[in-house]
Amino acid sequence: MPEASATAGTLEPWRDPQARPYVRIEGVTKRFGEFTAVDDVSLDIFRSELFALLGASGCGKTTLLRMLAGFERPTSGRILIDDQDVTAMPPYERPVNMMFQSYALFPHMSVEQNVAFGLKQDSVPKAELKARVGEALELVQLGPWARRKPHQLSGGQRQRVALARALVKRPKLLLLDEPLAALDKKLREKTQFELMNIQDEVGVTFVVVTHDQEEAMTLSTRMAVMDRGRVMQVGTPSEVYEFPSTRFTADFIGSINVFEGRVRSIDGDLVVVESPQFGGELEVASQARVAQGQTVWVAVRPEKISIAPRGEGGAKEGRRRNAADGVVQDIAYLGDTSVFRVDIGNGTLIEVTQTNLFRSIERPIDWDARVTLSWTANVGLILSE
Amino acid sequence: MGQRRSIFVLTCLVFGFAFLYGPILSLIVYSFNESKLVSVWAGFSTKWYGELIQNEQILSAAFLSLRIAFITACIAVTLGTMAGMALARYGRFRGRTLFTGLITGPLVMPDVIIGISLLLLFVTSAEWLGIPGSRGMPTIIIAHATFCLAYVAVIVQSRLSSVDVSIEEAALDLGARPWKVFFTITLPIIAPALVAGWLLSFTLSLDDLVIASFVSGPGSSTLPMVVFSKVRLGVSPMINALATIIVAIVTVAVVIAGVLMHRAENRRQADIQQALARAGYQ
Amino acid sequence: MSVAARKEQARSDGRVSALGKATWRALRRLPLKGRSAVVAAPYIWLGLFFLVPFIIVLKISLSQMIVARPPFTPLLTWTEGWWPQVQAYLDNYVWLLQDPLYWIAYLNSVKIALISTLGCLLIGYPMAYGIAKAPATARTLLLLMVILPFWTSFLLRVYAWIGILKQNGLINNVLMWLGIIPEPLAMLHNDFSVYVGIIYSYLPFMILPLYANLEKMDVSLLEAAADLGCKPWKAFLSVTLPLSLPGIVAGSMLVFIPAVGEFVIPELLGGPDTLMIGRVLWNEFFNNRDWPVASAVTIVLILVLVIPIVIFQRQQAKTQDVLE
Ligand SMILES: Nc1ncnc2c1ncn2[C@@H]1O[C@H](COP(=O)(O)OP(=O)(O)OP(=O)(O)O)[C@@H](O)[C@H]1O
Ligand SMILES: [Mg+2]
Repeated sequence: MPEASATAGTLEPWRDPQARPYVRIEGVTKRFGEFTAVDDVSLDIFRSELFALLGASGCGKTTLLRMLAGFERPTSGRILIDDQDVTAMPPYERPVNMMFQSYALFPHMSVEQNVAFGLKQDSVPKAELKARVGEALELVQLGPWARRKPHQLSGGQRQRVALARALVKRPKLLLLDEPLAALDKKLREKTQFELMNIQDEVGVTFVVVTHDQEEAMTLSTRMAVMDRGRVMQVGTPSEVYEFPSTRFTADFIGSINVFEGRVRSIDGDLVVVESPQFGGELEVASQARVAQGQTVWVAVRPEKISIAPRGEGGAKEGRRRNAADGVVQDIAYLGDTSVFRVDIGNGTLIEVTQTNLFRSIERPIDWDARVTLSWTANVGLILSE
Repeated sequence: MGQRRSIFVLTCLVFGFAFLYGPILSLIVYSFNESKLVSVWAGFSTKWYGELIQNEQILSAAFLSLRIAFITACIAVTLGTMAGMALARYGRFRGRTLFTGLITGPLVMPDVIIGISLLLLFVTSAEWLGIPGSRGMPTIIIAHATFCLAYVAVIVQSRLSSVDVSIEEAALDLGARPWKVFFTITLPIIAPALVAGWLLSFTLSLDDLVIASFVSGPGSSTLPMVVFSKVRLGVSPMINALATIIVAIVTVAVVIAGVLMHRAENRRQADIQQALARAGYQ
Repeated sequence: MSVAARKEQARSDGRVSALGKATWRALRRLPLKGRSAVVAAPYIWLGLFFLVPFIIVLKISLSQMIVARPPFTPLLTWTEGWWPQVQAYLDNYVWLLQDPLYWIAYLNSVKIALISTLGCLLIGYPMAYGIAKAPATARTLLLLMVILPFWTSFLLRVYAWIGILKQNGLINNVLMWLGIIPEPLAMLHNDFSVYVGIIYSYLPFMILPLYANLEKMDVSLLEAAADLGCKPWKAFLSVTLPLSLPGIVAGSMLVFIPAVGEFVIPELLGGPDTLMIGRVLWNEFFNNRDWPVASAVTIVLILVLVIPIVIFQRQQAKTQDVLE
């Protein structure tokens, strides 16, 4: 299917083994004294991607970004941008611009002067400079504020000035460190889409740092999940969400129920796991390479579990696989969905999410209700680390 | 909470300020005294001011002191800014501990020690290298700049540490070379600190007696040296007149600076309020 | 010129040029570019005009006084060939030990500085406390009023006290006019006037660090917490005072260290028998022209001050760490 692979090549270049990465991070390590902030990270980022770096506070995201910008020198490893080794290049020579977490606007310059600063460093002719600054301000809808000083702007406006200032130089790579962290939730959601539109429009490659998984999933074409300086998994948001490769990623992105157990049998694609924590057997349709008797973890997302009042669904004669009886301990009503916490005995709580399809004040399932949980074999995951 | 205590604190404030300002007031009042005996009031007169501005010795010493103070302040601001930059921005460079010691030293060392050691340096180097040929204005400037630069360094350092480093990094990132970042971004932001440092250096230099006495040579007496030699002989209403003039200049300068700062602050407040109001409408 | 003299000349030329080359090489190896130059310029300046002078003082304190210009014997003499001959005398230090004048002067200086520091603390603490608790608008003004005297001449402010304290000065006149005292009190030219002068001159140095410390502390909250069952004074003693210790230390050092070496105040306000080391040093230097002894006095004074200076610097570093 030549057509299909061509599509994969342009829209999802990371699937194409022939595609040339635009930014290559090769085995980069950064140590501060004894402390390793970034540990042997290798990443390939492709042209026009919106790549997200996701991880808990202190896991080394900013440090990695600062090495891309040139503020820190890697202890070992190389960084290539567009096939050029930039590892030792100072920040002012790199074709890279950064939008800072604190925005870092020049307090003594107007919005216009802030945006023009980068172009002035390149001695862009006056007419062109004016046109490009105007364009950039237009793009972030800040035309009327051009003559204001930063302290006369609201938080959202400052954020957009910072973006315009970084974009106006048409960098090969734009780095954004927690670009939306300082905004309130409503504005943040609105700006996320603005940011995506702008990226579509200018086609620059973006690397966005965030610790907000929702933001990463909304914005990015692909993301890297980091933990204590290491990259745990790289993939599209749906890959990372649906097929987390480790317990860490599974747990970090969204919420998930994990049961420890031992592989009892393998029957083609069907793996059966005996889990004392679950109090029974679990079956998972999985291609994971596991051996009989090996310790594994079975993970199931809460929204993939169905919940029904006890009695309707049988389960009288012993336990079925992937099913359990329990008592509702807790209900969290979130508007669009409700989250149930169900106690299935021996201290194990299972989280279940249900979409609130109907508008109803009366809940079909209430606190202390006796319920049956179940899911199919192909929604579970086998994780071996 | 303790009514008694706040009365106690208030009393302390009143007496404390009376203690600080009483002597200065007495200087001013007696400068207008007709009598040569400072303590006996003999009617209002401005004759001491007349005598003061006709006193060649005091005038030429004042002129010398002003020149020294001006040059000292310029050197101290230049070097002190560099030192403050290094302390605030360079992290743990090699020799930092010694460097901080060298900055703190001149701030706390008694004047006599600085004076003696610098004089011995100048004497030794004159003997070995032939410079300085004679002591005078240049040696006083060097001595003053040495301790003033430490003050400037401390002021600049504390100002810089309240400025977000990423502002300078952003400028680097946008393609400005380090020296350009300094002149277009850092310098304008820390300008108020530099002005404060310059004024402080100017005042300290103008005020110094002990160090200048050690390192000056024949024929280069600064204003404090002349005043000291007169004061040693007893009270002189002319010196009161001089003090009054200095206090008047300083007060006017401080009031002007205060009004300017107050205005800038008000303008900023108004700007912020306006911005918030607009943001509210959106 | 004899052959030997010519040889000697050539040798010393060679020495100079070899020295020059080495210096040049060392200079070139210094990375004097951009970033480093920013540190190097003030570093070299301070090294040359603050550090080297102390080494020279140390050197001269080990030499003997002679009637010449300069009035001391060289420490190093270039006798035979390359090896410098070191001639160090400990005479000056022995002299310091033997003559009680110096001991008394040191002890007296420390005593006067200590008592003055205590006086500054007693007056300055309530003032700093009052300013820190004042409403924000008044605070700026009050602080400005503390700093303002700084900007006027120190010498003239000390001089003002002569007119106030002397025999027929302001205070005596007023007290006698009120009939409180029958005859003038002797307040000038004794230790009392020196205390007054030092406390007066250094009070702002005490108030400013104390204020900085007290202002950061939410005093009312802390005391309200300790107030539960505690008398206000007890709360102050058990909460506020210990918390303001860094400010007290910084302020005390800023007063104590320069006060030990004070010259102008004992000279103008003190009596002929007010022995302070700054004054002794001045006399040794200008009147006796005994530079080696003056240098030894200086070195000992520095040694006396090293401990408080180190305490001060530690305190500063700690405060800075907290700020960062
Ligand atoms: N200059 C430095 N010196 C020493 N340690 C540092 C330095 N910069 C960062 N670190 C350490 O490296 C680790 C990673 O820091 P980094 O700023 O990259 O985290 P982050 O993932 O961006 O966290 P956050 O989400 O909180 O911004 C932290 O533990 C931090 O303390
Ligand atoms: Mg970060």
